[in-house]
Amino acid sequence: MSILLLFSAGFIVEKIILISVLFAITLGVAAYSTYGERKFAAFFQDRLGPDRAGPWGILQPLADGVKMFTKEDFRPNEAERWLYILAPGAFMFVACMTSAVIPWGTQLTVFGTPVDLQVADLNIGILYILGLSSLGVYGIMIGGWSSNNKFSLYGAIRASSQMISYELAMGLSVIAVVMMTGTLSLKEMAAQQAGFNWNVWYQPLGFLIFFICSLAECNRAPFDMAECETELIGGYHTEYSSMKLGFFLFAEYINMFISSAVTATVFFGGYNFPGLDPNWLGGFMGPIVLFAKVFFFIFVFMWIRWTIPRFRYDQLMHLGWKSLIPLAIFNMLLTGAGVLYFGK
Amino acid sequence: MQSLTNRSRNVVNKKMNFWERIYLVAIFKGMWTTLKHFLRVMFGKSHTVRYPEVKRPFAPVWRGWHVLKRDEKGAERCTACGLCAVACPAEAITMTAAERNKGEEHLYREEKYAAVYEINMLRCIFCGLCEEACPKEAIFLTDRIVPSDYARQGFVFGKDLLVEGVEPEKRIDVSVRQKHIQEKKWAAEPAH
Repeated sequence: MSILLLFSAGFIVEKIILISVLFAITLGVAAYSTYGERKFAAFFQDRLGPDRAGPWGILQPLADGVKMFTKEDFRPNEAERWLYILAPGAFMFVACMTSAVIPWGTQLTVFGTPVDLQVADLNIGILYILGLSSLGVYGIMIGGWSSNNKFSLYGAIRASSQMISYELAMGLSVIAVVMMTGTLSLKEMAAQQAGFNWNVWYQPLGFLIFFICSLAECNRAPFDMAECETELIGGYHTEYSSMKLGFFLFAEYINMFISSAVTATVFFGGYNFPGLDPNWLGGFMGPIVLFAKVFFFIFVFMWIRWTIPRFRYDQLMHLGWKSLIPLAIFNMLLTGAGVLYFGK
Repeated sequence: MQSLTNRSRNVVNKKMNFWERIYLVAIFKGMWTTLKHFLRVMFGKSHTVRYPEVKRPFAPVWRGWHVLKRDEKGAERCTACGLCAVACPAEAITMTAAERNKGEEHLYREEKYAAVYEINMLRCIFCGLCEEACPKEAIFLTDRIVPSDYARQGFVFGKDLLVEGVEPEKRIDVSVRQKHIQEKKWAAEPAH
């Protein structure tokens, strides 16, 4: 296939539309995750949560957005000016980019033309995600350092060391899946898990490690050491205000959405569900199933946050280096033996 | 040591076994606990009262925003004797007395009246001693809540906020609270 054919006008339009829709959905989900978080937090604590803006408070994200935009945009005098401004944007940018390789479904048929529900079918999709999630730490690091505040710097250092530690275990647990499926492409991974043939049945330990690591990667409780209010005021975004702060918070919710999507795709069959063909409803069944799984995982993220108290920093490092990494290596050996024996 | 309640437990520092050490069992137990709370609120059993729409019932003897009563003809009962101000433990009440002029008989019941009567609602502790001290049955505490304000000055309530209206519909009913107080007094007294 020649380059010219690949970049025909139709192809570009199709991708632009897909990217825009995906971007809108990502932002919408992230906005409503903030609402969901507050509402669920309330429910877990026998409260009602926001219920004033609109029926059941469903306009709350709008009100929050307006609030964020209209607040004073304060910049500390001693801050490194350009990096300080760059950091939230960088964090947000990286968070939004990750969703490109996730297969949201098989194919849609729009006006008679089949449209792949994946922005880019990279043959190293899972590596791309791991790479970008390590890039995400730059936003935090730059923001924390450039604020010229010791609490911000502490938060940033904690975030980066935490991410480095947990990325190892995360990568190792993914490698086991890759050994089993024999592919790095998320599209193929999802396709292989048709019906109820999900990877989690073969990799329960790998899933557990991956899930714990993704909690840590998203800086979510019980591993939210990077912003640990009781110790570090606000952590790396202590000095941020207005929409710059909003970007940081928003990007964290996007990260949560994406890592739920990755968990669902890698371990829980992506768009597959037994009895529900992803090609039904003109191809819309796949995205519906996947989004149901994603919302379930977002709920679990919140559920865990409002159940488990925060780890101490040394406990976090102990867990990462002394438990999860050896366990992930053990899991990898086990998978290797399994693959050798069963020839899967 | 003897236990005061039966709820205390001795601390045991035994070594944790494998399942306890990986914490997952404890975590799932905790998640089950929070899930029960979640589901209870989700299906409508919350303790929250949605305040402005739903108001919790007050006790019948609730002591709130004071009222200065008028008599049946609409004249103010207060004679500015100052007993309420003396009784007030928080020193929240101040007043300036004035003499009634000719032609003001429909406004004030007796020859002396309060030209200025102020209660500082930030100082008031709503104890009701002013009501007990009043010989003219002029001041009563009602079941109205003192509204919030942004400025301190707004909490010094003058006669405009304290004296009830002349018209029957603007009168403020204090009979429920008074009836309960009376009944309580009767109950407290030994039978004759």
